[in-house]
Formats: sequence, C-alpha cells, structure tokens
Amino acid sequence: MRIGTLKTDYAADEALFDTRLQKLLILLACAAAVLFPFVASPYWLFLACLCAINVASATGLNILTGYTGLVSLGQAAFMSVGAYTVAVLEIHAGTPFLLNLLVGGLLTALVGIGVGIPSLRVKGLYLAIATIAASVVLHFVFAHWPLTGGMQGLSMPPARLFGLALDQPFQLYWLILPVTALMVLGAANLFRTRVGRAFIAIRDRDISAEVLGIPLLRYKLMSFAVSSFYAGLAGGLWAYFFRVVTPESFPLVNSIFYLAAIIVGGMGTILGGILGAVFMTMVPELLKFVAGLVTPFYPDALALLAPVRTIVFGALIVGFLIFEPHGLAEIWRRIRRFFHLWPFRT
Amino acid sequence: MTDWLFLTEVFLAGLGSGALYAVTGVAFVLIYKATRVVNLAIGEILMLGGYAFFGAAAGWHLPAWVALPVAILAGALVGAVVERGLIRPMLGESPISVFMVTIGLGSILAGFVQIVWGADPLRLPEFLPSAPIFIGEAYVAPKVAYGFLAAMVVVTAFVLGLRFSRGGVALKATAADQAAAYSVGIDVPRVFSLSWIVACGVAAGAGVLVGAIGGISPTMGVFGLSVLVVVIVGGLDSMAGALVGGLFIGVVEAFAGTFLGGEYRFLVTFSILILILMVRPYGLFGTHEIERL
Repeated sequence: MRIGTLKTDYAADEALFDTRLQKLLILLACAAAVLFPFVASPYWLFLACLCAINVASATGLNILTGYTGLVSLGQAAFMSVGAYTVAVLEIHAGTPFLLNLLVGGLLTALVGIGVGIPSLRVKGLYLAIATIAASVVLHFVFAHWPLTGGMQGLSMPPARLFGLALDQPFQLYWLILPVTALMVLGAANLFRTRVGRAFIAIRDRDISAEVLGIPLLRYKLMSFAVSSFYAGLAGGLWAYFFRVVTPESFPLVNSIFYLAAIIVGGMGTILGGILGAVFMTMVPELLKFVAGLVTPFYPDALALLAPVRTIVFGALIVGFLIFEPHGLAEIWRRIRRFFHLWPFRT
Repeated sequence: MTDWLFLTEVFLAGLGSGALYAVTGVAFVLIYKATRVVNLAIGEILMLGGYAFFGAAAGWHLPAWVALPVAILAGALVGAVVERGLIRPMLGESPISVFMVTIGLGSILAGFVQIVWGADPLRLPEFLPSAPIFIGEAYVAPKVAYGFLAAMVVVTAFVLGLRFSRGGVALKATAADQAAAYSVGIDVPRVFSLSWIVACGVAAGAGVLVGAIGGISPTMGVFGLSVLVVVIVGGLDSMAGALVGGLFIGVVEAFAGTFLGGEYRFLVTFSILILILMVRPYGLFGTHEIERL
C-alpha cells in the first residue's frame, strides 16, 4: 500500500491508473509515441514496429502463461496461423486489412482452442510439450498445403488504406502501434473482469479454482483462445510488416523467444510483457552495435555475432530466472518504491 | 521376398537409431527421477560430447579409445558444473522455471560450440570397424550395429545398477520421497549431483555414437526433441519406458522416413506424442501421480 493514495470508492480502487504521476507518464509515453516517427530514422522506425509486434505477441503469451499458468511453446506457431491467414486473404480476396487482421486473429483463436484441449488432462511441462507437438504439426501443414505456397511461402501486397499503400516503416508504424496499444490496453483491462480474475485463480491453484466454481475446461480454453487471438493479430501485423511468410519464419526458437521475453520482463504483469519484449528485441541490435564498435580492433567480431547472440539469449534466460525471477517489472517497481519513499527510506 | 528383406533392413536401422534414443532417454530419466528436472538441454549436452570427441581425436590427435573417455568426462564435468551452478539455486522453484533454465543452458551450449568449432557440420574421425555386418541376409551398417550394441550395454547396466547397487537404491528412495530418504541417511544433494554427472556423461557418450553415424553440427541439439518424445511416450520416470519408447520411436521414424519421406518423421512422432498425451499422459510405464488439494 503506497502512501498518499487514499481511495474512497470502489471505482477508484479498481481504476487502471491510480496515481496522477502514472497518468502523467502514460500521457508522456503517448505523446512520445506520436512524435517518434517524425524525428526517428527509418532504422529506428523499423525497430519500433518490430518491438510493437513482439509486445503484442508477448502480451498474448503473458495472458496464457503469466496469468493463467499454462505454459505454451507454441506462440510462434500461432503467429504463423495469423500471418498465413492474412497473407492468403490479402492475395486471394483483397479484403481490407483490418478485416484480414480480425479474421486472422479469430482463426488463430480457433486453432488455439484446438491446441488447448489437452490442457484439461495435462499441465505444466506436458502441456508445453503438447504445444511443441502442435507447432510441429502446424509447420508441416504450412509447408505442404498448396494454398500456403509450400516451402517458398507467400509474398503478399502491402496493406492499403484509401488507396495508399502502407509499405514503409513510417506508414506501417501508424498501423502497428495503435493496434498493439489497443491490445495491451485490452489485456490490462481483462484482469479487472471476472474472466481475468478466474484466470489468475486458475494459475494460483487450479483445483481450488474449480472448487470455487470456475469451470476449468471452459476458462482454460478461453485463455488459450484469447492468447492465440493476440498471437494471430501479432502474426497478421508481422505479415504486413515483412510481406513474405514462409514456414521458416516462425521456428520453435521464436516461441522460446516469447517465453523468454515474458520471463525477462516479469510474468503476470502487463508492464513485464512490454518491457521484456522490447528488451529482448533490442539486445541483438545492441550486440550488433557493439560488434560494429569492436570490428576495427578485432576484425572477426561480425562472424562471432550469431553465436554470441545465442549465448546472450540463453544467459539472459538463466540469469533472470536465478537472480531476478520477477523480471524487469520488479526492477522498475523497486526503482519506483525508492523514489516514492525517498528521503525517508534510502 | 526382397520386400521382406528390405523391411527387415529398415527395421534394423530403426532399432539402431532407436537404441541411441533409448540411451539418451535413460540419461534424461535418470535426471528426472532424482531431481524432478526436465532437462531440455540433454540434446545440447549430447552435441557437446560429440564435439569434445572431435576436439580430442582430431584436434589433439588422440586415439579413439582415449578420446571417448575424454568426451564422457567433459560431459560429466559440464553436468557437475550445471547442477551446482544453475540447478541447485533453482531448488524449490516452479518446475517451469527450472525447465526454462535448461532451455537457456541449451542455447548457451549451442552458442559456445559454434564459437569454438564453427557453424559448419563436421565428420568425426572413423573409429568403429567398418566391415559390413549381415544378420541373416539383412545388411546393417556397421556403425549402427556397434552403436546399438554399446547403447544396449549401457541401458542394461543402468537398469541393473538401479535395481541392485546401493547408489541405485538411494536414487529410487530419493525419487520416492526426498524427506524420507534424507531421514534414513541418504545424502540427497549428493544423489542430485551424481545423477547429473552420470547422466550428462552418458549423454556425451551417446553424442559420440550419434556423431559417428550422422556427423556433428551445432544444430544436433534437435536430437533432444526426439528424445523428449521418447521419454513422454515411455513415461518420464521409467528406465524401461525409455528403452521401449526409444526403440519404438526409432523404428517408427525409420519406417516413416522410408515410406513417407524424411519430412514426415517429425510429424509422425509428434502425432504419436499428442495421442499418448491425450490417452495416457503419464506415458506407457510412468507413475500415475494423483494431485491432491
């Protein structure tokens, strides 16, 4: 309980942003997000779009793994469902992109429900392995189905808005960022509702939750559906962003990436999903930058980049799990508490 | 009649690769039984064994019979360090966290191997006799046959050791109830350490055999995924299950690869996995744990 946040009614207690500083920070972040494309170079815009897509997907996984406690290693495979749906619709039907995204998300949610069916019988690791199996099957389908173009995959035209082709990072930014922001806001609000609270109850102890009157199967499948809906939307955005979808675009490593992102960011917090996804997307870029700096002294630095990236990726997962299990969100909370109590407690 | 001969040959080749799954699966089960850790890095430790053999045999020009123990020792050393440094601090954390630690470890090992030996696939120096072997009329590749024999010896040693040696009994006691095992004087932390050391050593040895048959590359860790299927099918805490599951999956993969094409192998094995998870989540021979509130 923080000092100076006296609440006099339930509405204030349930509010998403409860302090003035928080509201101010959110406003500042929004303003920065709007101004950003006008000052940033295309490279930074590209990174911003990539971060936003990863944030969307990581938030979806966070709903499933961080809040409902169902571990999934199939997030990338779910994204591929969304990406392929969007690509096929864009190529063959030419429907407006928002509709495509929505259809992609809904179709992925259906697939997610299918994958989630074992979740009543198996949980924990077995479920994680079942989702690996599902992603192997999905990969096979996409690589062999004529509609999805086999191993070559699909190349798709850019999204169009009033006859304007969205094919530069600058234009895509205005598509991707608002969608992601809406998704994150939706996730944050989800946990103020009965459904979201049921998810949390299931995470904390599923049998107890059932005793308290939460139908496990229905809510677990719902969690899978919401999470895969997010993954499908993120995959659709991904498809519009890169405009080439192949079976190799969404390997198992990407699923591990999203799981790592929410671990590094902090499981079971919305902020964690955002911080983790941005952090994990930026680390390879940082390494590239460092490699560029080192090259004059050590010419082989660029050749070492790929293995070093693999090592750093693993080390981040291991390090955060051992030393900071609640992730970046907890670090942020500590910083905030420090300033909140300063100078009375240092 | 040639058809039958061909089928037999495919079957034998499947048994050969299945035996390697079985021996890696046994290593996996050993760790799971003792410490309840699902070690997804087993594929990477196997890979490390293959590379350590390569480094000793091709890099230092040691004869194969010295390089093999070197590889096994390297695996055991990694096992000891990992158990002390990464797994012990995670004691009592949720199984999922520990599982993710092993995934991170796998990533670290894969990157390490790539830095030291490069990303290209390599061939291990020949060390197994290459005279062709016939069982009846069916031809078996000599490497596969010797691999099968070595794997069977190891698996048998494990099954017997678990039943009759003091260490094996201590392991079973630890698996059944850690607190009770502690109270009758079993050094549980030592059981943890030893199980990791032995299992990683065995996995490294298996890596030498796998590398001798198929060559080594930094992506060899994918082998671990097949092993995962094997142990789920057999039951996570059953040595016999790992043996039966390994041979079964090996044969199924061989037939799927021959008659449907290489890309169907994963599809078939993972379909079996889904089926098993739906029907018998604890595997063919695993212990059925009942959860209480």
